[in-house]
Amino acid sequence: MATLLGFFCIGGFAAAAIRLELFTPAADVMTPDAYNRMFTLHGTVMVWFFLVPSIPNTLGNFLLPLMIGARDLAFPRLNLFSWYLFVSAGLLLLLSLLLGGVDTGWTFYTPFSTMFSNGYVMLAALAVIVAGFSSIATGLNFIATVHMLRAPGMHWFRLPLLVWAIYGTSLVMVLATPVLSASLLLIVAERAFGLPVFDPAQGGDPLLFQHLFWFYSHPAVYIMILPAFGVISEIVTCFARRRVFGYRFMVYAILWIALVGFLVWGHHMFVSGQSLFASMAFSFLSFVIAVPSAIKVFNWTFTLYRGQITFEAPMFYALGFIGLFTIGGLTGLFLAAIPIDVHVTDTYFVVAHFHFIMVGGAVTALYGGLHFWWPKLTGRMYPESWARLAGLTMFFGFVFTFFPMFVMGFAGMPRRYQVYPPEFQAWNVMSSSGAVLLAAAYLLPIGYLTWSLFFGRRAGDDPWDATGLEWRTASPPPRENFFELPVVDEEPYLYHPEATGPHHSAREPHRNQGRNAR
Amino acid sequence: MSGRRGLLPAEARGAGAILGRALAVWLALVALALASLAMAYVPLGRGNMAVALGISSLKMLLIAAFFMRLRQAEGLRRLAAAACLLWLAFLFALTFTDLLTRAPASQPAPSDLARPPAPTTGEGAF
Amino acid sequence: MKPVPLLHEPWRSTQRQERAASFGMWIFLGSEALLFGGLLLAFAATRALHVEGFRAAGRATDVALGTANTLILLTSSLAVAIAVEAARAERRRLALGGLLAGLLLGLGFLVVKGFEWHSDIAKGLFPGGAALQGMPGATLSSSFYWLLTGLHGLHVLGGLTLLGWMGLQAWRRLRPLRSPGLEAAGLYWHLVDVVWVFLYPLLYLDGRA
Repeated sequence: MATLLGFFCIGGFAAAAIRLELFTPAADVMTPDAYNRMFTLHGTVMVWFFLVPSIPNTLGNFLLPLMIGARDLAFPRLNLFSWYLFVSAGLLLLLSLLLGGVDTGWTFYTPFSTMFSNGYVMLAALAVIVAGFSSIATGLNFIATVHMLRAPGMHWFRLPLLVWAIYGTSLVMVLATPVLSASLLLIVAERAFGLPVFDPAQGGDPLLFQHLFWFYSHPAVYIMILPAFGVISEIVTCFARRRVFGYRFMVYAILWIALVGFLVWGHHMFVSGQSLFASMAFSFLSFVIAVPSAIKVFNWTFTLYRGQITFEAPMFYALGFIGLFTIGGLTGLFLAAIPIDVHVTDTYFVVAHFHFIMVGGAVTALYGGLHFWWPKLTGRMYPESWARLAGLTMFFGFVFTFFPMFVMGFAGMPRRYQVYPPEFQAWNVMSSSGAVLLAAAYLLPIGYLTWSLFFGRRAGDDPWDATGLEWRTASPPPRENFFELPVVDEEPYLYHPEATGPHHSAREPHRNQGRNAR
Repeated sequence: MSGRRGLLPAEARGAGAILGRALAVWLALVALALASLAMAYVPLGRGNMAVALGISSLKMLLIAAFFMRLRQAEGLRRLAAAACLLWLAFLFALTFTDLLTRAPASQPAPSDLARPPAPTTGEGAF
Repeated sequence: MKPVPLLHEPWRSTQRQERAASFGMWIFLGSEALLFGGLLLAFAATRALHVEGFRAAGRATDVALGTANTLILLTSSLAVAIAVEAARAERRRLALGGLLAGLLLGLGFLVVKGFEWHSDIAKGLFPGGAALQGMPGATLSSSFYWLLTGLHGLHVLGGLTLLGWMGLQAWRRLRPLRSPGLEAAGLYWHLVDVVWVFLYPLLYLDGRA
């Protein structure tokens, strides 16, 4: 957890440096090379060392066993090993950073990365490979846990949606990450041992690298966003006091995303020289995957409908997530359409799109989840009004930072450029100022959450009147999670009696999941 | 399932039975390996690789089913094995979708660079 | 060495723990298969662009040593399979004997491979080496040869370490024969074998006809 926070700060620092540089059209803070190294650092650290492990490794590690009524993950020692791997990968990356950094961008595209780049590409690639092993180990552990350690009576369709989401994420982790390792191994081989694989002068095919890379890196987007879906489902249902609308469809949507997420990678390669036929196939499949995402957004909305909504801080984050994710997802459809994508490829439009998904989506959900389960994690309540303030600031700061990027991207501002034409300055100034607000919103919770560790009000076992199994034990949970293992004989989210929605201000009686816990 | 509290369920089988079945599988594997070696020298054009990979797949199935005990395994382990094959199929199918339908290169290959460029006007252009 | 305890946290029964160990190993094997799958895809895609070069490079490899190693590894797999079956039947001598045979054959594989690598270098069979000049694509094929056999060699080494460690524990009676770890190590060994089963025709048999 603290490790992740450290990486988040490093990546955030790089982002701040980029935004500072882009304040004016000219290059005035860093050299062009330093700028390249800065955005590579930002991308690499944020993707592999923050976003991919963020929700699974913090909330997932803690909540998965609790939510299915288990004492621990299936292989506790493997879990620890995975943490060691992660830390050593981080140290490798820091080493490459201290030695001078990498300038390839987070995508390591060949032949630049293999033949021309003068950064420490090998170290960085090795770091990502090791981090990949760590994420495979985590995914394996989660899958085995969900299959083997569910409490008696915890059927597949009684699992909370966060568990389903993490299960889908783990599938993606286990099946996609090795292909990334393979492609990076090829780069390392080419740089270290002079074994040409992608070298066009020898007849190699640089596009092949992109295929292998995106076979991992597109599903990686779902590694980041699926757990966020799970977190949001838990929060929305709890603070709307409503059953999740269409629980089964939510589950199928998760699995559908995990599966089809593997079939859309080519939409990153529309302008790469890939065949037109393949582009059309990938474009079609990319439209297909929008369907389950839309199902999820509509189902959250229907869950809210006629709910008794209260605006605790986690709910702020959750509602912000739904809005931002919808924008991010819809602009994703623009990008899936070949003609528009050709126009906006490598512009700030793309940058804005994936930041809406990853930052507006995944990071917001992480903060929401952190607030929601903070009482369970620590046994202390966070200060509510501060948290609401931070939530609001985050939403506005985020939109302020990234929305201008859509506009300037569509007008043609290319990404990864340090020097830009002066007509884009107004938008860039807006974006950089928003980034200050956003940074404040991210730092604020770190302050008051730390404060609440020592001075926060003590939380009861179940401060939100939620139904999940994790609320049926002490806060923080004892060493083996439950004093007595629960037995489950009902579905999750029974926030109100069947077939009747809440119709007046008094809370409906809700039924908790699991008996004889505690 | 037997042995609710035991280790792996004990299987009382004689050494002869174990050796007999494993050796039969091994003989089949060796025969297949030698067959693929022999078939490699029969000129079949593109068929050579197909035959060789077909034999390899057969060997993989034998090893998985008998040596790796997938034949006795319950659905879960078979599912894991099948999922991995399915995902490999995704990877290969979609990459080759691109590779086999690419437009012919519009740039000369490096090995052709030494040759004089084809004339772009006049008879040679057609 | 301490005896390996039978039941770990968080399991309620050793039987479930055993099934989880095997299932976990299968997931890991799936992951490994995709690692090699990615590399084999790179191989196949590059070969599709340079069929003749890859055939020429395939002809240049040492088919005798390659075939010998295939047979050695298949036999080693047999020995380990027998060992695992025998361990399940609590036949101690057969199990330990099988493990030992499997280990020795695995070491033999590495020794043969080492000699082969040595002669490859002497013959100039490496990217930029004398034997591959003037064949477009052959250099790429040779890259893959070194990469794939090297990575597979590392996996052999890993598998041997795993089997050796488990075997040592079993031999000193610190690990019960029917422990799930032994079976999981066996599964890993078979995967290493399966990978080689595919490398053999791709690297050694191409272009022989």
